[in-house]
Amino acid sequence: MNIVNLDHISSNPLLSEVKEAMIDAIQNDLHNPSSQHKAGEHAAGLLESARETCSQLINASSAREIVFTSGGTESVNHALKGAALANGNKGNHIITTNIEHNSVIRSLKRLSSQGFQITSLPVDKTGRVLPKDISNAITDKTILISVMHSNNETGIVQPIEEIGKIAREKKVLFHTDAVDSVGVLPVDVKSLNVDLLSFSSNTFYGPTGVGGLYIRKGARVFPLLDGGVQENNKRAGTQNLIGIIGMGKAAEQAIVHMDKRMQHLQELKNYLVEQLPSYVDEYLVNTNLKHSLPNLLNISLKYIEGESVMLMLDDENVAVSTKSACATGSLRASHVLLSLGLSHADAQGTLVISWGIDNTKDDMNKLLSALKNVVATLRHMSPLYKKQKVKI
Amino acid sequence: MYNEVVMDHFRNPRNVGIIDDADGVGEVGNPLCGDMMTIYLKIDDDRISDIKFQTFGCGSAIAVSSMLTELAKGKTVEEARNISNKDVANALEGLPKNKMHCSNLGADALHMAIQDYEDKKAGISRPGPARKEIHEHAPGEKCYCPYCDVEIEEAVKFCEACHRELEEEH
Repeated sequence: MNIVNLDHISSNPLLSEVKEAMIDAIQNDLHNPSSQHKAGEHAAGLLESARETCSQLINASSAREIVFTSGGTESVNHALKGAALANGNKGNHIITTNIEHNSVIRSLKRLSSQGFQITSLPVDKTGRVLPKDISNAITDKTILISVMHSNNETGIVQPIEEIGKIAREKKVLFHTDAVDSVGVLPVDVKSLNVDLLSFSSNTFYGPTGVGGLYIRKGARVFPLLDGGVQENNKRAGTQNLIGIIGMGKAAEQAIVHMDKRMQHLQELKNYLVEQLPSYVDEYLVNTNLKHSLPNLLNISLKYIEGESVMLMLDDENVAVSTKSACATGSLRASHVLLSLGLSHADAQGTLVISWGIDNTKDDMNKLLSALKNVVATLRHMSPLYKKQKVKI
Repeated sequence: MYNEVVMDHFRNPRNVGIIDDADGVGEVGNPLCGDMMTIYLKIDDDRISDIKFQTFGCGSAIAVSSMLTELAKGKTVEEARNISNKDVANALEGLPKNKMHCSNLGADALHMAIQDYEDKKAGISRPGPARKEIHEHAPGEKCYCPYCDVEIEEAVKFCEACHRELEEEH
């Protein structure tokens, strides 16, 4: 099947280099990296080499600051719950924003049921939280701030560096969910002033089910999983070595090709934004074009509903997402888009178009022509479209 | 996610459009709850001689509207009044449980259109179509958690199965 994949935010294909590294790892019957014999030491060498590469990808001071996890969700849970538990004696107040991923929202909800107080801050019309709002929300009970680096639905990038500066001044731990940024954009934990940072391998064409948590040296965070002494005692359980080797290879490729990839992705974004008006009218661009990922565009098509658009595009072999894939089961308008001030009707018509290094302008052309027909068909069917026309 | 019958009605919806000189117009839902349907009826000799729909909504909402118009076409007003949302879902050979509530509004819109027709006949006029804002549960109709699909009690605020809060009506 020849599918145009413009839903990279839900899943990225593995790089051929990553597949080769993982197949090689499988065929070599790697031993347990915690074992002290030669076979174990060989496995440990591969594990630590992947750790070193991942630490370079985010410019950590030391590879020891990287903890391997089962992916972005575990990293976020570890960061938030681990920091709350380890610092509960200092205070019980946590600050976040209204546009976070469910892994943050639901981890904090769990913590609020255990006595932690959560302040969730709004974003402005451009989709960004104001650093001064964070500053004003800090109390002497504040132990943690969590703000996402880039948003998975809109691609909007937050002013993490400035927030980090505030957090550092006030001596409050600062976590950023950088799952959709690491490996796509240059992310530097030192210049961002973060103590904790979550990332995921699939974002940069590594396997799913693997990710990492950066824990700055000296940051007090309890493990989420207790057991053995793996991961410098920060995450128990024998590592998913094959996956980690895949992530290490993907990280290496991301470092080498970052500039070239970003340029390609940004060119596709510019092309899509330029061409859209020639194919559809009456739509909103929800992505802040100045501060956003180069590989995602969120638009709302007026008078029609996103799932219908997605299904009809699927019939034309173009895969897109109507909102975060994790959220579609909820059948609710996206909290991220409502936070941007969109009406419920406009939020329902939202399409998340996300591309990768394997996409071309031709793919964008296929999307645009298919979209033109789909929008016309659905608007013809929509009672809202008719009403709007009568009013004018 | 959807079965073949639903996908067929979604891909090739029957009776899409507007009847300019409709004898009855019914509307149900609003963009807040996700779906909105308008049904237009032409009635001759107490029989639905033509029916058209317009729908703003997801795949199942469009399929429901299409199937509803197929079921109602040619029926007497009395027969059409007896078509239920459940009949439409059954004719579609089932809908995903979590879509049963929010998109299965076709029969409600039809009933509103019949109401509009009868009101007009009785000399009652209104500025727009007959409207029903919120989908009310028929007695015995079950509720499902919109997040995990588990059957829940009406008006509960918390899903015991997935531990999610249910802020809006379900």
